[in-house]
Amino acid sequence: MTGLLAGLDGNRLLRHVLGAVLITFLMTSLIVGLELVATQTGLSLRPRYHIVLYCVVVVALGSTAVFALAERSWRLPMLVGVVIAALLLVPLLTGNLASDLAFLLPFPVAPLNWLALLLPAFILIRAAQLAYASARPPAAAARRREMTRTGKLVSLGLGLLLILVAFAFPISPWGSRQLVDILTIVLIYIMLGWGLNIVVGLAGLLDLGYVAFYAVGAYSYALLSEYFGWSFWVCLPLAGLFAASFGIVLGFPVLRLRGDYLAIVTLGFGEIIRVVLINWYEFTGGPDGIGGIPRPSFFGLPFQANPPRDGGETFASFFGLSFDPYHRIAFLYYLILVLALFTNWFTIRIRKLPIGRAWEALREDEIACRALGLNPTNVKLAAFGIGAMFAGFAGSFFAARQGFISPESFVFIESAVILAIVVLGGLGSQLGIVFSAAILIGLPEFFRELEDYRMLAFGLVMVLIMIWKPTGLVSHRDPTIRLHPRGDGR
Amino acid sequence: MTPLLTVEHLTMRFGGLVAVDDVSFTAEQSQITSIIGPNGAGKTTMFNCLTGFYQPTTGQLTLAGERGDFLLERLDGHRIVRDAGVARTFQNIRLFTGMSVLENLMVAQHTEQMKASGWSIKGLLGLPSYRRAEEEAVHLARSWLDRINLTEKADWPAGALAYGDQRRLEIARAMCTKPVLLCLDEPAAGLNHTESHELNDLLRWIKEIHGIGILLIEHDMSVVMGISDKIVVLDYGKKIAEGTPAEIRDDPRVIKAYLGEPEEEDLPDIVAEDLDLDPGAR
Amino acid sequence: MEYFLQQLVNGVTLGAVYGLIAIGYSMVYGIIGMINFAHGDIFMIGAFHALIVFLILGAVGISWLPLALLIVLIVGILLTSLYGWSVERIAYRPLRSSPRLAPLISAIGASIFLQNYVQLAQGARPKPLAQMVSGGITLVQSDAGFAARVSYIQIVIVLLTLALMAVFTWLIKGTALGRAQRACEQDRKMAALLGVDVDRTISLTFVIGASLAAVAGLMFTLYYGVIDFFIGFVAGIKAFTAAVLGGIGSLPGAMLGGLLIGLIEAFWSGYFSVEYKDVASFGVLVLVLIFRPTGLLGRPEIEKV
Repeated sequence: MTGLLAGLDGNRLLRHVLGAVLITFLMTSLIVGLELVATQTGLSLRPRYHIVLYCVVVVALGSTAVFALAERSWRLPMLVGVVIAALLLVPLLTGNLASDLAFLLPFPVAPLNWLALLLPAFILIRAAQLAYASARPPAAAARRREMTRTGKLVSLGLGLLLILVAFAFPISPWGSRQLVDILTIVLIYIMLGWGLNIVVGLAGLLDLGYVAFYAVGAYSYALLSEYFGWSFWVCLPLAGLFAASFGIVLGFPVLRLRGDYLAIVTLGFGEIIRVVLINWYEFTGGPDGIGGIPRPSFFGLPFQANPPRDGGETFASFFGLSFDPYHRIAFLYYLILVLALFTNWFTIRIRKLPIGRAWEALREDEIACRALGLNPTNVKLAAFGIGAMFAGFAGSFFAARQGFISPESFVFIESAVILAIVVLGGLGSQLGIVFSAAILIGLPEFFRELEDYRMLAFGLVMVLIMIWKPTGLVSHRDPTIRLHPRGDGR
Repeated sequence: MTPLLTVEHLTMRFGGLVAVDDVSFTAEQSQITSIIGPNGAGKTTMFNCLTGFYQPTTGQLTLAGERGDFLLERLDGHRIVRDAGVARTFQNIRLFTGMSVLENLMVAQHTEQMKASGWSIKGLLGLPSYRRAEEEAVHLARSWLDRINLTEKADWPAGALAYGDQRRLEIARAMCTKPVLLCLDEPAAGLNHTESHELNDLLRWIKEIHGIGILLIEHDMSVVMGISDKIVVLDYGKKIAEGTPAEIRDDPRVIKAYLGEPEEEDLPDIVAEDLDLDPGAR
Repeated sequence: MEYFLQQLVNGVTLGAVYGLIAIGYSMVYGIIGMINFAHGDIFMIGAFHALIVFLILGAVGISWLPLALLIVLIVGILLTSLYGWSVERIAYRPLRSSPRLAPLISAIGASIFLQNYVQLAQGARPKPLAQMVSGGITLVQSDAGFAARVSYIQIVIVLLTLALMAVFTWLIKGTALGRAQRACEQDRKMAALLGVDVDRTISLTFVIGASLAAVAGLMFTLYYGVIDFFIGFVAGIKAFTAAVLGGIGSLPGAMLGGLLIGLIEAFWSGYFSVEYKDVASFGVLVLVLIFRPTGLLGRPEIEKV
């Protein structure tokens, strides 16, 4: 035991932990410790200090772990101990386990609760490690961060496998109505993530109002079909075009601005679109939204039980199948899958074209770009417009799938979620986005109980990932063009 | 024959500070024109006016190159490079450090490549005409990499190169825009003796083979005196002398600007040595 | 005329609140060059602290208003500034030398976290507070019976803002902290070499910003009487707009910008449409950024090449 504690400065540790505990207590003492309860006469307060205690204990353990790592002299074994202690101490100290933990740890089963404790601990540890490492001068200034040939093959194989599985899934025995529905939602976010990745990941423009273009796409389809009765297939490209034009019209004046100004302006623009959608009642239906949006057909064959009134056939009758609502769900799934894959193909391809290289160059150094004859405004506009176009496609699909849209679906938090998917996936990484969308969107869809805690975890994870890896989870970069074949030692 | 670049009465003010004060000079095709002067003399400011990063307060900048005549002060920054053909490097190197060496050279050929890719449409479809254009661009990049001995490291991130390599790569990148006038802002800063000799050779080679004009800001007198055809001396924003290296070497105004009032008779010889400033001192 | 005067009074009150929040944005931007996205939520937490402390005081029977206000002010500032300090310590300090995008994303994360933290702890429903101060002074009354009034709360808000501004100006101009802060704004590395404790100075900047936001939160609670976990978002954007309008990094500019945004909002609501008042503020932001990115009182930035 002495070996583990060797080099530990007990006094400093105590000060460190006590400081953290005191601050946590003060911070939570009112907001968490006293619950505002609505009564007949107004608000009254109900004390809830056991939860404050829980927060304090968690912070005490976390800060011990951070301290341990920052000190370096006092290492992993102790940390494991700290985490285990955390698991034991929490129920001990708070007594009534089940109800108290429910405030922070909502999971229905114990192992998940444990995981929820371990995961932050792990991330904290890693964060501390990095904070420590960044305090030292970096050993090698710029190491080559590039995938090896096997790494590339593995990720390529994984990508192909995922695509195959995705195509086979609805017709496989596991394809249930509920699962396919969830996957459709995940795919919408994957597509949005891939679209935003062009703007944020490649061109380095922080767009906090991406959902506005999604809204433009959705309302384009809804309104065009309502007023002109145009079909989904006509409206889909139009929706993309509208969204792209919005992107360019907005982008033209603001893209000259510095990065963080751009973020705020795009955020403001997203809000403006939403406010207009809510208040322009005659045109957009206001907060009530638009309902009865027609579903897309399969090359003119609708998915419905009875043949259309004007004669003609349905999907089921044409193919000699008996009507099944699952057909439509699977069709929507395939539709978004194809749209998403198109986005992916487009991004991978355009990255290797001059405009893609210009985006990345602009992200690295705008002044150098100007000195090479690139027009920064045009290059940024292209990224902004193309990103918006994909949001428009996704939006019109969303409208078609839901059959009903309202401004509620296009709030800022949606933009933040899409941004989180891109950032957590590792800016610029296509496969990373698939994983983070699956985790951030898919998991909460399965565990409905998580809904309330999802955004809390979102915020926390965004902060922690940035501290841990400021460049995102998957942050290697492959050159868009090579002179020498990969892996020949050069 | 009209000179390649004519600077007439160039003045740049920042509020009350006059950074460049009524400077006029010319730079010729196939010649290296150096601009020297103590720190704060307005050299980089003048470069920034020339390359469109600053809008000069007054003055006329005329470029008469193969691509026609241009009034540089009326063009946007990127158009000075794209249309008029003025390329530049930076005092503190500005490479795209995360991108590969080859990619850096490809970005420099953006304008032509963009046209060849049909504003990305031909490129997305993978038409052969774009493929050919890309191959040509790689070919040009490759020839520069061969010249600066970086072919082996073509796929490295530019940020991983050694300092001297980065300097040379930045020059090669500027040359990939196919300029008529190349402006170099202290290219020898931070280079050791061998490297600055290599740089001299490279600049002479560019001048002779490509026949373009080179405008050079430099503190390293061994570079300046060794390769310049003409030297312009600035002090406190004003031009105080202009001439061949031999003339500048003996000009009392220049000596005064660098060392203050001469006290001894035989200063010029000492000056020649002392002017060879240690780059680390800046 | 009366109507105009009434909008003027309302606008100035609103402007005082925005201005106090805007100072926090402006100071942080000046010193570390990033938008403290979570600042609006710090303001929201300040409002919650004020509400809870008022309720506690009500429960223990302290009802003399000046004393109650003082206690709320002190407790609110103390607890809220801890939030400001912690956000900086946890979410921003480790990222000080990272790529530009990283601290901004971390800030958005912090903002989302704080919002949902309060939503989880206190629920999503708006929380009403019984009116603490009532009455006011009638300035003018028209023949038609419409009166332009200044309520006592509005007077309290404006006076409190003026007092805070005085203290604050002294803090920046006249103390060692202010000097250290201005030094860090100019050149952080050099300041550190000259013995300024940069970490501490930045921390204190966040603490001061959060304190002002806490006061703004208190005013908001008093003025509107209803708060929820989401008030920080919109108020934050508007305050940021105010900071940009006044010239980000300039503190008198932040106050001026706040005032202008408050007035624009009041007059827009009064004369055009209440629904589109947010659009008006954002529209102003976009116009300012396009035509005068340095704001009204900001210094122009010379691009270093």
